[in-house]
Formats: sequence, structure tokens, C-alpha cells
Amino acid sequence: MCLAVPGRVMEIEERDGTRMAVVDFGGVVKDVCLEYLPDLAVGEYAIVHVGFALQRLDEESALKTLELFAELGLLQEEFGDPLEVER
Amino acid sequence: MRYLAEFQNPELARGLLDDIRAAVTRPWALMEVCGGQTHTIIRHGIDQLLPEGIELIHGPGCPVCVTPLEIIDKALEIASRPGVIFCSFGDMLRVPGTGRDLFRVRGEGGDVRVVYSPLDALRIAIDNPDREVVFFGIGFETTAPPNAMAVHQARKLGIRNFSVLVSHVRVPPAIEAVMSSPDCRVQGFLAAGHVCSVMGTEEYPALAARHRVPIVVTGFEPLDILEGVRRTVRQLERGEHTVDNAYPRAVRPEGNPAARAMLADVFEVTDRSWRGIGVIPLSGWRLSERYRDLDAEHRFEVGGITTREPAECRSGEVLQGLLKPNECGAFGTVCTPRTPLGATMVSSEGACAAYYLYRRLGSPAAPLEANPVG
Ligand code: SF4
Repeated sequence: MCLAVPGRVMEIEERDGTRMAVVDFGGVVKDVCLEYLPDLAVGEYAIVHVGFALQRLDEESALKTLELFAELGLLQEEFGDPLEVER
Repeated sequence: MRYLAEFQNPELARGLLDDIRAAVTRPWALMEVCGGQTHTIIRHGIDQLLPEGIELIHGPGCPVCVTPLEIIDKALEIASRPGVIFCSFGDMLRVPGTGRDLFRVRGEGGDVRVVYSPLDALRIAIDNPDREVVFFGIGFETTAPPNAMAVHQARKLGIRNFSVLVSHVRVPPAIEAVMSSPDCRVQGFLAAGHVCSVMGTEEYPALAARHRVPIVVTGFEPLDILEGVRRTVRQLERGEHTVDNAYPRAVRPEGNPAARAMLADVFEVTDRSWRGIGVIPLSGWRLSERYRDLDAEHRFEVGGITTREPAECRSGEVLQGLLKPNECGAFGTVCTPRTPLGATMVSSEGACAAYYLYRRLGSPAAPLEANPVG
């Protein structure tokens, strides 16, 4: 139950005084409460847990992290077998 | 799906593994705190891909697993009462209490309902004004803000037939307890990413300094885990012990301020007993004085129930990283997900369940790219 998964905001509406969104999780669609991320906008991604958006997923740092990973792979290729690289 | 599939890329995983291999000069023992991370690790065989000598010790971060037997028994008692609708996350239904579980209570006529969100429980209370609706509010810092919101909304809307059986736990005191144990072998921590999405990272520098352990905030996809390991090992090899964030796409240093403000209003810190481990000082939350009237323990007067753990289940050792699940004598024979002796075999985040699902009879690890979405 503690698993939190990224989802994409499709629609936002006010329901009984509460800010709610329809969020798409790769095909599965659920209602999600936005009270903890009131400025989340349609099209943005967020980490969702038990029906609540808890943190916005930052596209820029996601891409940066992936770039770093890619760089690691490239550097290793340049050095050849990392086990043989002298430290 | 964006941000999910990308972080399972086998090519990139190889690069990370190579980098870890190149950095390691001696054995290190790291603990992944969160049960969700344990599942990623066992499912993809990440522990077996890592260079020899890098051991991953599975931590106590499964909320279902550490909810004390005493609270389960209180839940069973309340759920059995006529007029009560007892709402819970699905994982809790098969967790054994003394002699039975919530599933059994339902079979015996109790109105036990599974909800996805605590707001669903509140909705049930609004729709059933003549019934007492009780929500089982368990979980770590990630789950506490949603539960706090249900409590806050109940107060705001004046819903009087709603209450919560609260058993929240906090990660930093658990890290403190692990490090203070005389048997502790842990040299570095992969901290639970989504806990930090809410709480930020402020609580960790003092812990890292006091125990001289690196604490690296880590996500849940295979590449996130590898990056957490890579950064922790790099610190260990350099003799450093600082807090680092390997999951910046979902964790800011300040966490989620709105959620933290709600937590501070609805809950207060308390000592909490962890199933199989015992009392950890200041490791939990209970409802604050202002919201005490929404506390199911008070409303149903079950404060007096106390119980003792069964001896045959060794989940306490599993949760403290002292024993691997498959080293327990009951694992896979007497104890299976259908007939669990301990909560660690029930929960989708429990270490025993992870081993049962992915590492029984030499079942092969899932290839990195085959993770289902969501
Ligand atoms: S395998 Fe079953 S009995 Fe053994 S520690 Fe895990 S839950 Fe307890």
C-alpha cells in the first residue's frame, strides 16, 4: 500500500470544496486529491499515493539524471573493461 | 509511461553497475529502508547483479509489517462490533492478529471494507450517517498526510460518525534504532524516496553525522536503486558520511510544505511499538489533542488490549536485517502468502513475500525492461 506511482494530470475540478484531479497511470485512471499540490497543472506528472498527489515530478531533473546515467555508460566504454581500469 | 520505463533501461543499468564495480575495493553492507525498494531489488535480482561484497540488508520500511499485533487486535475487536463499518487498505486484511485476521472477521459478518484512499472511508461515513465508520490509519510519512487530510476534512465537514485507528510510524527513529543495535552491520542507508518527497531531507544530516553513515535518498525503479548504491559506495570508499539525494526528480530538500503543515496540525509524535521489534522512542504519530475525539481507540474503549508475539515467526529479525527471509525455518513451508505466520509474508512490501514471489525454487529474476507499469 505504500507504493507511490507517477501519474499524469488529465483534468482538474473543485469537488465539495476540495481540489481534485483525474490522473492517468499509464491507462488506469483514478481520482486524486490535489490539496497538497494545489498549483499542479493539467499535463504535469506527480507522485501519487493512496489517492493524493504528494510531489510534482520534475522533468528537468529526471532528464538530468538519465543523462548522467548515459554518460556513465559512455565513459565506461571509453575506458574499456572497468575491472581492468587502474584506480 | 514517462519517468518509469526510462528508469528501467538495461543499457544504462550496465553503465551504473560498471561504475559501482570500478569503485569497490572492499565489502560494504547497505540497508534499503523501504519495502518497496526491497521488492524492486529482489524482483530484478539487483542484489545478485551487484559486485560481490556489496550486501543489501532489507530494512523495516514496510508499514503493514511493523503495525503491532496489539493494534491489529484492536482493529479486529472494533471491526467485529455491530453497527461499525471498518475501512482499511487491502494489505491489512490478511495480517494475522491473535487467532484471526480482518478477512475472517468479514467472513463472520463484520462489515470490513477495502478502500483505496482514506477519503473513500470518509465518503462511506457521509453516505452512512447511522453507522460508525472507522478507518485503519497506518503507514509511514508518505501515507500520513492523506490520512491526516481525512481527519481534517471530517472535522471541517462536521462528520461525527467517522474515526481513525491510528498507527503511524516514522523513518528517522527507525534508522536510529537500527544503528543503535549492538548487532548492527549497516554501513550506509538508501533512504526511502517517497517518505522524503513529503518530509524533505532535514531530519537526516544529524543522523548521518552521529552514526558516521552515508544516507542517500533513493527512488524505486531499478536504475534509482543502482544510483543510490553507487552514491553510497562512493561515499564509503572515500570515508564520507553525508546526506545525498539520488532521487531529485521527486524529492526537494523541504519536502512538501503543505503536507508537513497538515501533519503538524493533526498528529503529534509519540513512542510506538513496532511489530517484531518492540518500542522505538518517538517513532510514531498519534492524533493531536485537538483531534482526540476522532481517535477510534478512545471512542471504542479498546485501550486495554495487550498481546504477545508468536514465537515461531522470526519477522522481527527479518525487519531488523538480521535474517534473510529464506533463512527462516517456516519460510515457504508452513508460512506462505496464503497462510502467513507474520505480516512480512502478507504485505506487498514485506521482505518474506518478496522472496516468496521472486526467489523460490530458483525462479529467475525479471529482466529489467519487463516491469509492469503502475
Ligand atoms: S517466513 Fe513467515 S514465519 Fe518466517 S519470518 Fe517470514 S513471515 Fe515470519
